[in-house]
Amino acid sequence: MRGGLSLILCAAGSLAASVMAQASALDEGVHDEVISGDALPRDLAEFGFFTDAAARDAAPGVHAYELNTPLFSDGAEKLRYIYVPEGEQLGAGGEGLLQFPVGSAIIKTFAFAGQFIETRVLLHRADGWLALPYRWNEEQTEAKLALAGGRVDLTTPQGEAISYRIPNKNQCKSCHSVDGQVIPIGPKARNLSGEWLTQMHSEGWLDQTPEGADAMPQWHDASASIQSRARAYLDVNCAHCHRPGGGASNSGLDLRWEQDDPFAIGVNKPPVAAGRGAGGMLVSIAPGEPEKSILVHRMDSVEPGVAMPELGRSTIDEDAVAVMREWIAGMDR
Amino acid sequence: MIRLTATALLLASAAPTWAETHTIAPGEGAQERLQEALILAEPGDIIMLEAGRYELTDGLSLDVDGVTLRGAGPAQSVLDFTAQQGSGEGLLVTSDDVTLHNFALENPKGDGIKSKGADNIVYNRIRVTWTNGPAATNGAYGIYPVESTGVLVAHSEVSGASDAGIYVGQSSKITVRHSIATDNVAGIEIENSRDAIVSNNYVSRNTGGILIFDLPGLPVMGGGNVMIVNNLVTDNDAENFAPPGNIVAGVRRGTGIMVMANENVWVENNIVQRNATAPFMVIAYTRDFEDERYNPFPREVTIANNITDTGGTNPDLEGGEMLMAAFGGALPAIMWDGLTQDKDTVALRTTGDTPGWSLNLSHQGQSLAEAQPGPLDTPAPTSVTDADDWGAPAELEARIQ
Repeated sequence: MRGGLSLILCAAGSLAASVMAQASALDEGVHDEVISGDALPRDLAEFGFFTDAAARDAAPGVHAYELNTPLFSDGAEKLRYIYVPEGEQLGAGGEGLLQFPVGSAIIKTFAFAGQFIETRVLLHRADGWLALPYRWNEEQTEAKLALAGGRVDLTTPQGEAISYRIPNKNQCKSCHSVDGQVIPIGPKARNLSGEWLTQMHSEGWLDQTPEGADAMPQWHDASASIQSRARAYLDVNCAHCHRPGGGASNSGLDLRWEQDDPFAIGVNKPPVAAGRGAGGMLVSIAPGEPEKSILVHRMDSVEPGVAMPELGRSTIDEDAVAVMREWIAGMDR
Repeated sequence: MIRLTATALLLASAAPTWAETHTIAPGEGAQERLQEALILAEPGDIIMLEAGRYELTDGLSLDVDGVTLRGAGPAQSVLDFTAQQGSGEGLLVTSDDVTLHNFALENPKGDGIKSKGADNIVYNRIRVTWTNGPAATNGAYGIYPVESTGVLVAHSEVSGASDAGIYVGQSSKITVRHSIATDNVAGIEIENSRDAIVSNNYVSRNTGGILIFDLPGLPVMGGGNVMIVNNLVTDNDAENFAPPGNIVAGVRRGTGIMVMANENVWVENNIVQRNATAPFMVIAYTRDFEDERYNPFPREVTIANNITDTGGTNPDLEGGEMLMAAFGGALPAIMWDGLTQDKDTVALRTTGDTPGWSLNLSHQGQSLAEAQPGPLDTPAPTSVTDADDWGAPAELEARIQ
């Protein structure tokens, strides 16, 4: 009996010790040596990006940001942060990607109904970017490295029950890569608010406010032109693969915002390796005929082998499909 | 001297001393255990798949150079994707110098194994099977290397693909040999690729057997230098079950060996039997195109010393009956559309031991309905093509000896 009690006391003692250790780690702010080291940290908390275990409060140097047009991700709520080490600055590169100094990081948490599901981090190490997925526990007290990814049953904001896919480390790279190198996708000046960029510049975290900032509309903003809404959506949701050097370069389809050759974005372009994904249609975009456009067909499917994008969604983005239909319907035949 | 040291270091890192073998067993958590092993592998490592059935819910991927993924046999170690919920393929390889050996994939929802930008890859004793047989709902490609230099596919087998069983695209230095492709739309397809050897394969019950294509509008263009030798191409008489829209959906049932828009293609010593539209078909690209880089015509295609039969005995062509009657009961074995790039360029050469016919079309993109069929009149082969540097590099063959 006495032995049992001492065991409990002992366990309580070590629990307290570990809580204290974690608390002190959190107090210290961001751990630059963890970002720049060569280990794959097992716990998200090891980075010190947040001052609380639940990852709600950003540490100094960790800046929240939003995108005009985000990736769909089954309608997940997203919390996005950029970390820049003390004494360093982001560089503005025109309307394109911000330039990140070595030692910086991008952190993105995916949540449904307030419950954190996963946090993905991109670390800029001396030998390049590294993408790692972390999976939150039910209790929301810790997020553990999930190299092989995983699946979580949840309900989307649209009320659909789905098996949500947390990507594995390689799948992170499938989207985050050009010419085989991992790169960030989201923080392009054109898709960031001018207000945020100006503020980052005035606080000294960004070398200048880039030209072409804020050029991309919020895709659901009905006051913007249908073409710019459609192209913004395609750029953000598709062009990380469908671009030269991207994962789907062999298709010849280039859906980047800056691409202005109609054939390259799919107008009257026959499929290459679409297989059954083509759904019996002859071209990616048939002007004036959304019902004959492979692009619409693949966005309007959840079947593996048909659905596009291949990764990152288990449901159909109905609003986006409607925008594509309207855009293509309005094209001259 | 500094440069020499750097090279030595590179070599050292490419051939690590501490290569490890990681053994994976089927059963609970196989998806995560196998994927984690593929992620954590170091160059030179071997990942062993023990015998058994691996029930997988998501695509797998490998992005580490120099890794070998090895099973206990194509009938023993089976990656079963019947319950796959995500990804465009069963296994995606994006790193160089990878060897895939001795295992199978069943029922991937999209493609079977895709290797993209993965130079010097070996597929040896790999089986990809859609177990329900031919169906438009099956994945497109079984074995699918693309945008790669150095590809060896050997002793492998694909059946049921709704596009091509073995498809090599936008690549160079390719060998596909001693493999079996049955019950696909296309058995073996080499597309927008150069320096390829397709030899000693058994290609049967597909819609089309072996297809050599060059298509417009792709990042890598200019297909050519292809040798098709010593293959057994029989009974490719399956109704075309490709989803419409794909280029192979236009392949006629009963096509044996087909060359479209390519240069320097050598077709010799094959046995081509019971392919009821055309044992051999040589044509220009049939659709409209805008790509200025593209040459839609066949140039210097040689068909020599093959063993074949009567030819088109049940052609999948408009007016087939009338055509057969006009040619005395069956269509001659070699079909050419009659198109050439210009009068100085030879499209097709034959040895004369195999009869042929020409559609005598006058321009690219012309409808078949406007054909004016007549006997084939082609020059003889000039010399054996110098093909010493075609095919997969010797290092790839050495890996499986």
